[in-house]
Amino acid sequence: MGWAPRFREAALAAIVVIALAFPLIGFETNDFGHGFDTRFSWVAIAGGAAFAGKLLLGLVPRRFYLRQRAARHTALPEGKAIPIAAAAVAVFAVLLPVLPFSSRALVDLATVSLIYIILGWGLNIVVGLAGLLNLGYAAFYAVGAYSFALAAQWYGLSFWEMLPLAGLIAALSGILLGLPVLRLRGDYLAIVTLGFGEIVRIVLNNWSQVTGGPNGVNDIPRPTFLGMPIAARAPDGVTTFNQFFGMPYDPMQRVVYLYYVCLAAALLINWFSLRIRRLPVGRAWEALREDEIACRALGLNPTTIKLSAFAISAMIGGFAGVFFAARAGFVSPESFTFQESATILAIVVLGGMGSQLGIVLAGVVLATLPEFGRELAQFRMLLFGAAMVAIMIWRPRGFFTVRAPSVRLNGKS
Amino acid sequence: MAYFLQQLVNGLTLGAVYALIAIGYTMVYGIVGMINFAHGEIFMIGAFISLIGFLVLGTLGVTWVPLALLLVLLIAMAFTSVYGWAVERIAYRPLRGSFRLAPLISAIGMSIFLQNYVLLVQGAHEKTLPPVITGGFELMQSGGFTVQVSWLQIIIIGMTLVLMAGFTTMIKASSLGRAQRATEQDMTMAALLGIDVDRTISLTFVIGAALAAVAGLMVTLQYGVIDFFIGFLAGVKAFTAAVLGGIGSLPGAVLGGLLIGLIEAFWSGYFPSEYKDVAVFAVLILALMFRPSGLLGRPEVEKV
Repeated sequence: MGWAPRFREAALAAIVVIALAFPLIGFETNDFGHGFDTRFSWVAIAGGAAFAGKLLLGLVPRRFYLRQRAARHTALPEGKAIPIAAAAVAVFAVLLPVLPFSSRALVDLATVSLIYIILGWGLNIVVGLAGLLNLGYAAFYAVGAYSFALAAQWYGLSFWEMLPLAGLIAALSGILLGLPVLRLRGDYLAIVTLGFGEIVRIVLNNWSQVTGGPNGVNDIPRPTFLGMPIAARAPDGVTTFNQFFGMPYDPMQRVVYLYYVCLAAALLINWFSLRIRRLPVGRAWEALREDEIACRALGLNPTTIKLSAFAISAMIGGFAGVFFAARAGFVSPESFTFQESATILAIVVLGGMGSQLGIVLAGVVLATLPEFGRELAQFRMLLFGAAMVAIMIWRPRGFFTVRAPSVRLNGKS
Repeated sequence: MAYFLQQLVNGLTLGAVYALIAIGYTMVYGIVGMINFAHGEIFMIGAFISLIGFLVLGTLGVTWVPLALLLVLLIAMAFTSVYGWAVERIAYRPLRGSFRLAPLISAIGMSIFLQNYVLLVQGAHEKTLPPVITGGFELMQSGGFTVQVSWLQIIIIGMTLVLMAGFTTMIKASSLGRAQRATEQDMTMAALLGIDVDRTISLTFVIGAALAAVAGLMVTLQYGVIDFFIGFLAGVKAFTAAVLGGIGSLPGAVLGGLLIGLIEAFWSGYFPSEYKDVAVFAVLILALMFRPSGLLGRPEVEKV
């Protein structure tokens, strides 16, 4: 390409950027919108940057930043590579709290990542395996968190008593959502699940007598170790964890303990998901994703298949909600907005739809991404959104691609 | 009766706004088969540009209301269209032909980006615009309750009707409309027959954004309060409207928009208004239970 068309392209880019920036960056309305200041220099800078950027980009040969479409996603390596990588990740996760560079903040962040990974695995059952798009997954997360929080507040139930119960309640809510939407496809299903998520959030926000409204629920009990609380001081007649083991109390213990509880749950859920894919019900999910009509023709009942996917996925979301409530000690409707559902969906898609390991990677990335931006607090979400777009363009099928069904005809699976 | 009539007028006004946004969703869905999640933010940007337009015109001394209104309308449509175009060019075009969820995630990312971009450059505070068009007339009076219809409501409903009519004609008769319908049916075939598919899709986004800008202007005029977050809820409800009416169908989007507006207005008029969004989504779920392809949508026949 000669210089003239390059300059023309760069000039066009600059004009577009100036048109974008002129109304919103060029004029800054003051707090109530009664007046404005102008910032035309910023517009000029943006235009100049676009011109220079486009010109420089034109100098770099295209193949450096646009790879071939076919090569854009990496298929998972065959053979033993995946189990070895998975084992390495698991060993690292187990050792994390005792590694020399580990700190309270790091373990806490790892717990958050684990919660997101569990959520990703849960949503993956519906989206990745059964192929049903769910945009309101945070609703089940909220059901789990609030069941635990409210049961603890009103009936004094503990973490371990509520963990299975909350999973059950979430599973029931999954069936409740699943029933009316059985006939819906694709994007109709997407908007209904989004609506369900909003309904749950609005009810939590407004039913103040029970849920505490926007203020949420405080003082959620932490998980105990075989009935012994991990705390500096216990009520009379109760032995604390560190008294029993004769160790000085350290707030780090509580964080590390919760981390291990989450890790154990995550490993269990991972094992469960891998196993269930080999069971008839798991294979039916994948069959349904590939072709619903063929599924019916072969005598599989789409109703039960869809409902089981919704219920199991919701149950896992409910477990994650209990961990979330136990970690923060506080829940409020703000934690369960659409943005949360979108983040979890992004984890599944970035992870490569169906890849357990890919979801681990994506979960860690999306949980830590906002932490990196802490210093640039106000740019945090801006960068988060931009990163979502950029990663999608760079790897439209996620970090790893496994769309292939778990079963193949030649007998190998 | 009078109270009922008042809710009807309010609901139609709100519904007209939703209908304008819903058209953007339904057109984009029809042509590229994706949910343009960032469309609600485009509407929000349209509202901000309208507000800024009024402020700047006020400073420049343009105070004759019809002229100011016309200028702001043109400014908002023009600049918001650039946003619509840029969003498609940056976030969706590279993903065309990719698998189904990729553009959706990209759209959600774009929506988060645009929301925070406006938060950053315009601040988190609510912006208010003093009423530009005042006055109205009393439609009827009964039982001590007066039904008020403002000129603004007439303008909003009228403008929506005019745009709708113009639009349907365009899709039916113009060459762009023909290209759009061809692209909708079969992108590859349309390209083979000499239709510039990229240009057609870009123009669809531009038109959608321009209509969203009109909706943004109307909301700014009618309610007088906007902030960076209005796009999410309006977008979700407009998308609900599009789905309720049958996604891909233009009359469906208008019908769905009006219905959603009416449900919201009547619920707020007779029941606790905090739950009005619950009512909207509940009606959507009920409607889809009985008509899974929306009210005016054609049921999808799957060929094997």
